[in-house]
Amino acid sequence: MNAILTVAAKEFRDGLRNRWVGAITIIFAILAVGLSYYGAAAAGRVGFTSLSTTVVSLASLAVFVIPLIALLLAYDGIIGEDENGTLLLLMTYPLSRWQLLLGKMTGQGAIMAFATLVGFGAAALIMGSLSSHISWPELISAFSVFILSAVLLGWVFIAFAYIISVTAAEKSKAAGMALLVWFGFVLVFDLGLLGILVATQGDLNAELFPYLLLLNPTDIFRLINISYFASEQVTGLMAIVQHVQFSTTTLLLSLLVWLVAPMMTALLIFNRRSL
Amino acid sequence: MNIVELNNVDKHYPGIHALKRLDLCLQPGEIFGLFGHNGAGKTTTIKLILGLIEPCHGQVRVFGEDPTRSEARNQRRQMGFLQENVSFYDQLTGLEVLRYFAKLKGIPKQQCPALLEQVGLLQAAQRRVKTYSKGMRQRLGLAQALLGKPKLLLLDEPTVGLDPIATQDFYQRLEQLKQEGCTIILCSHVLPGVEKYIDRAVIMGRGEMLAEGNLDNLRHQANLPVTINLQGHVDLPEALQKQAVSHRTGVCLQVPLQEKMPVLKSILPLPGLENVDIHLPTLEDIYTYFTAAMLDEQREALSP
Repeated sequence: MNAILTVAAKEFRDGLRNRWVGAITIIFAILAVGLSYYGAAAAGRVGFTSLSTTVVSLASLAVFVIPLIALLLAYDGIIGEDENGTLLLLMTYPLSRWQLLLGKMTGQGAIMAFATLVGFGAAALIMGSLSSHISWPELISAFSVFILSAVLLGWVFIAFAYIISVTAAEKSKAAGMALLVWFGFVLVFDLGLLGILVATQGDLNAELFPYLLLLNPTDIFRLINISYFASEQVTGLMAIVQHVQFSTTTLLLSLLVWLVAPMMTALLIFNRRSL
Repeated sequence: MNIVELNNVDKHYPGIHALKRLDLCLQPGEIFGLFGHNGAGKTTTIKLILGLIEPCHGQVRVFGEDPTRSEARNQRRQMGFLQENVSFYDQLTGLEVLRYFAKLKGIPKQQCPALLEQVGLLQAAQRRVKTYSKGMRQRLGLAQALLGKPKLLLLDEPTVGLDPIATQDFYQRLEQLKQEGCTIILCSHVLPGVEKYIDRAVIMGRGEMLAEGNLDNLRHQANLPVTINLQGHVDLPEALQKQAVSHRTGVCLQVPLQEKMPVLKSILPLPGLENVDIHLPTLEDIYTYFTAAMLDEQREALSP
């Protein structure tokens, strides 16, 4: 336990030093404040509009940004240490591989959680205090769900990054693989599903289809935030699932599965990696 | 008790036979040199002792236990390791890096400044490792290896990037550690200056032990000639003239090691002799001899 915390503390300090923590926090805050203020610009006005519009549009932007940031933060977690020579050195210490990986996860997960909480939380506070017609309890509960799911999404992609990091033989290859993973989950998967839907002219089993969305953590994240505001107009792929209701808890739990499974996979591969 | 024991150890990697039936035994408090060219099996040996890899055959015992077993992990507190080219964490300061490793080893962090002082890094302790030169990183690596007064120290190319004075300091530090009862394995391919500090050496090549022993044993095994330089105008006895080469200031003689004393006795009374220099074969000569012999053998085996 001690070893895990030691590694985690070092990772967090590293994150503070190379400005990752600050940068991510600021990106999130600007994203949130900007969207909530200019989110309705297309409709011809600026200023804080409804809470649901803000959170839903925030979610659809965050779904691109968070996975990318998480992958960039963590893709060199193991391969970077390997290239530095410190992996070999660490393995001669009283520290096992799972402790190292879990320590990394804890530290980099804390960076992600801190940035999400502070960045989006600050934006929520600004919104709440500047806008007269938003009620605090509503704001807080909506943003809690959003922030919680955003943190989980970040962790899921950190875990993906570790799979890449323990598999790759070089850092540059890991970076390329990270981009591919991002591209696959964020863009290709949805396009593929839509393509299938169109090609079969909607003939696909309507019961089965929503479950396919559970195969992609970014879609789960979107579902959580959209289903929270069930009354909101939803377009695109998300509209399909409107008649199959997953509860927010179910969705959060499935994100948790998406966190644990890749972590286990990364660990299995790491244990077999030769030094 | 032997600190390290390798019995008949074999290690294969896909396509490479990295170690062939290696036997090795280390007594407490000796400085042991492990020499060989690239790919000779030095690093594989080190990794086996550290328990990072398992042998394909044979057994490895460190402090009497199998180092790959997870129960042996606590023994690692008694071991120090420094590999070549470790660059550490650029964003952290030297002191922070050392504290991180101290914490992982379970050693009070109060030791860290003293260790940094010993390796001459106290001035740079608060600077980020990013700004360190290669030699400074190497010294930080050494401080890391010395954490918690290890009983067994494995050093792979420890003096790479160190200037000559720092290298001498480093060897003196090793001597000191040896006095305190530390066993040291020193891995290197080139060796000027190292021979004074080494109790015993193994020369490896292609995964095999080519020669083993202290410097005197190795000299006898290699049976390299002693070079005697004579200055002045000397008329050598008939018997020695075959082995002599004249040069500008005198004569250079190459004689077998066991004939050194008789030859010297016959030379010293000669008239006109102004000065005598004796060069014993250095560790480097011995190393070159054994590795060259191995390469020749290989070439012969390959040619039809």
